[in-house]
Amino acid sequence: MPHLSSLCRHVAQASLLLGAGLATSAAVAVNNLPGGPAVNQLDLHPPVTKIAAEQQWLHYYIMALCVVIFVAVFGVMFYSIFKHRKSKGAKSANFHESVAVEIAWTVVPFVIVIAMALPATKVVVAMKDTTNADLTIKATGYQWKWGYDYMKGEGEGIGFLSTLDVTHREMSDSGKPAATDDYLLKVDNPLVVPVDKKIRIVLTANDVIHAFMVPAFGIKQDAMPGFVRDTWFRAEKTGDFYGQCAELCGKEHAYMPIHVKVLSAPDYAKWVDGQKKAMAASADDPAKQWQLDELVARGEKVYADNCAACHQASGMGAGPIKALVASPVVLDADKTKQIATLLNGAANGAMPAWKQLSDTELAAVITYTKNSWTNKTGQLVQPAEVVAARK
Amino acid sequence: MSAVLDPHGHGHDHGHGDHAHHAPSGWRRWVYATNHKDIGTMYLLFAFTMLMVGGVLALGIRAELFQPGLQFVNPELFNQFTTMHGLIMVFGAIMPAFVGFANWMVPLQIGAPDMAFARMNNLSFWLLIPAALMLVGSFFMPGGAPAAGWTLYAPLTLQMGPSMDAGIFAMHILGASSIMGSINIVVTILNMRAPGMTLMKMPLFAWTWLITAYLLIAVMPVLAGAITMTLTDRHFGTAFFNPAGGGDPVMYQHIFWFFGHPEVYIMILPAFGIVSAVVPAFARKRLFGYTSMVYATASIAILSFIVWAHHMFTTGMPVTGQLFFMYATMLIAVPTGVKVFNWIATMWRGSMTFETPMLWAVGFIFVFTMGGFTGLILAMAPIDIQLQDTYYVVAHFHYVLVAGSLFGMFAGFYFWSPKWCGVMYNETRGKIHFWSSLVFFNITFFPMHFLGLAGMPRRYADYPMQFADFNMLASVGAFGFGLSQVYFFVLVALPVMRGQGEKAAQKPWEGAEGLEWEIPSPAPFHTFETPPKLDASATRIVG
Repeated sequence: MPHLSSLCRHVAQASLLLGAGLATSAAVAVNNLPGGPAVNQLDLHPPVTKIAAEQQWLHYYIMALCVVIFVAVFGVMFYSIFKHRKSKGAKSANFHESVAVEIAWTVVPFVIVIAMALPATKVVVAMKDTTNADLTIKATGYQWKWGYDYMKGEGEGIGFLSTLDVTHREMSDSGKPAATDDYLLKVDNPLVVPVDKKIRIVLTANDVIHAFMVPAFGIKQDAMPGFVRDTWFRAEKTGDFYGQCAELCGKEHAYMPIHVKVLSAPDYAKWVDGQKKAMAASADDPAKQWQLDELVARGEKVYADNCAACHQASGMGAGPIKALVASPVVLDADKTKQIATLLNGAANGAMPAWKQLSDTELAAVITYTKNSWTNKTGQLVQPAEVVAARK
Repeated sequence: MSAVLDPHGHGHDHGHGDHAHHAPSGWRRWVYATNHKDIGTMYLLFAFTMLMVGGVLALGIRAELFQPGLQFVNPELFNQFTTMHGLIMVFGAIMPAFVGFANWMVPLQIGAPDMAFARMNNLSFWLLIPAALMLVGSFFMPGGAPAAGWTLYAPLTLQMGPSMDAGIFAMHILGASSIMGSINIVVTILNMRAPGMTLMKMPLFAWTWLITAYLLIAVMPVLAGAITMTLTDRHFGTAFFNPAGGGDPVMYQHIFWFFGHPEVYIMILPAFGIVSAVVPAFARKRLFGYTSMVYATASIAILSFIVWAHHMFTTGMPVTGQLFFMYATMLIAVPTGVKVFNWIATMWRGSMTFETPMLWAVGFIFVFTMGGFTGLILAMAPIDIQLQDTYYVVAHFHYVLVAGSLFGMFAGFYFWSPKWCGVMYNETRGKIHFWSSLVFFNITFFPMHFLGLAGMPRRYADYPMQFADFNMLASVGAFGFGLSQVYFFVLVALPVMRGQGEKAAQKPWEGAEGLEWEIPSPAPFHTFETPPKLDASATRIVG
């Protein structure tokens, strides 16, 4: 079969040239993104896992069969179209059925279909085998970011959120994004995994359905709220690999990319070590009593990362999204109202629940909204109050 | 003069006793319409209007995707566009258009005087109007139109604003209209055929519609159930699909696609019927393998009920589930292949000419088959894991729905409009319409295969820059395709409806067969008031 795939690669290359010639060049300065899309890419991503390689082979195989059938069937049709024309004096024949022919062209496609299904079956079985993983990571889809928790294996206990780089979202809004190779694919915290290890990704979602897709690994799995699904990959190369959310999940659907960084075993061990130390250092003590200005400063960051996408940096909201400026809930002297809104969500989930944020982050962002723009309440929410409200 | 736009009463010289009726004229003719031809005309005009509305939304999508970055709409409005484009095209354009064809042609083809339930026919058309107004009007409701995708997946639908309820209500009404239309077609075909028109002598268009009507009756209530459960989840505290209350969002998808997959055959089978009428007419040769065509259509319909979960390979089905749905889906390629082979065998050693209807039919076979091949590729679960929810899927279903259903309808329009309107369309303009549509269609949708293979997800308002060139190309093609349809309406359809053009003969196509060509052009207001006496092949009236 290597002949077949190399043939397909040649065809792909030839059509690449053709395609490049046809297409106008809009994004002049953009280069291929290794591990992500290539400029005017015509084929599946270069496979980095066995499954992805099998998928690509299957695709070439089916494509080749389809091309052969296509040429045969439409060869006959176009021959007929050019030869059997009235203008060329063709007289119409009288036949209109033939049991033998009709049985033949029912049975032959049936056999071809079986020939297609057999190799596919093997891959389906391999894809679904998520047992014996070296590392299990839970990925949670949020509107609109991914959360990663290392559940089992080296790095157990690490957990973080992964959000699209804010400048990219701004570039998108500006309507004139600068030529950027990883446009809309750059995140603050990539998912880090070791090379040549079986990684099981356990998926769920917090609000609506999302889908976790990394084309180079050949995986795509919906993340279902209220349910747990899984998929797996074993990356055979180190490097950066990219994907995007593949299930419509609301307005920022296009802005929750996936970035997987595959490291060698020693590099991964180093990363785990660094991550653990950083977590220990930055872990907020929920009992700590904060000053207003430091809490507002902290809250500004939390707001930019989580809230500004909808409520805007100006706090004015947009369309159905409520303004925070002069909002009765924000200004209310009873702080528990706003805390409850953040913990449980509102408006049927249009305002999602944010209980995945830490107590300190929630306290900070609430304090920030209560003391920003024209909201000058002077109210201060301490992490302890959020802790109390969680119960 | 045209039978389509002129007031009733012009059919005086046909001796069918029109004068005996005092059918309403003016607006009453249309509002109180019970004549299958008038209702068919209204269906077709309604469908074309919705095609334009849905088309404008599509162009909004393509304008936004012309370049990376957000230039015209915000992501929320973008999602509303994709959702409403899908809903309007499926439920407002394609389905009503085929019902319009059925209304016009089924009674004429089987020698029936009208549809079985004339007043229900009126109701099923007029229900479309409030439903369409509600659907389109949802853009002006607080929060804008529904933005959860045409598949209306829970729990995203639970987050939508009040327009979601309007959308659900509109779908209920459209579904009721479809069911009534289907019952009407089934009863008409089973009970009102002229003596001698046995089922196995019936034109294939009537056959495909009979089967389509059964599919509709079977699955529209399933959709109604799914969206009703969505409605009660939204407002009455149930939790069918709401995971917060223990509901299952995947259950919604199963129910939706149990409707949704037969639905795609509902949208293509009548086109098969049209092409099966057009190809023999212009090959001047009988349709090859009539019997196997009927059986193939029935097999496709039956198989369509057991393949729904191939839309859900990425939801995390067990191995056996994936394998079953993969095999069942690939099986559909067999009867579909039989159809394509039969059409080509019909052309083989025929005496072909290529007037516009034939161009559309051949275009249909060629481009639809490409959609069939990508369908086969998508049916393979391992490949589908890569391509699900990418532009590859978008390319695939536009190849079968635009190049399939829409091209089939255009073939039908050019084929039968001489009978409807009594004048010939302008052949040159018809050809310009065909070639520009074919070229722009492929410019629009062919590059989407590459975008999908490269992993560009669908329903994205903005995309990585590596996808820019193909998106720009697709957008250019989309505007060309849209303008081609405006050209069709203004320079082909309107003149024909106004009766401008060469007078059409009773049978303008040399090789056409069937009862519709046994009556004058334009078809008189009333036809076959007494059952015609048919020859042995049930294609000619004798005596």
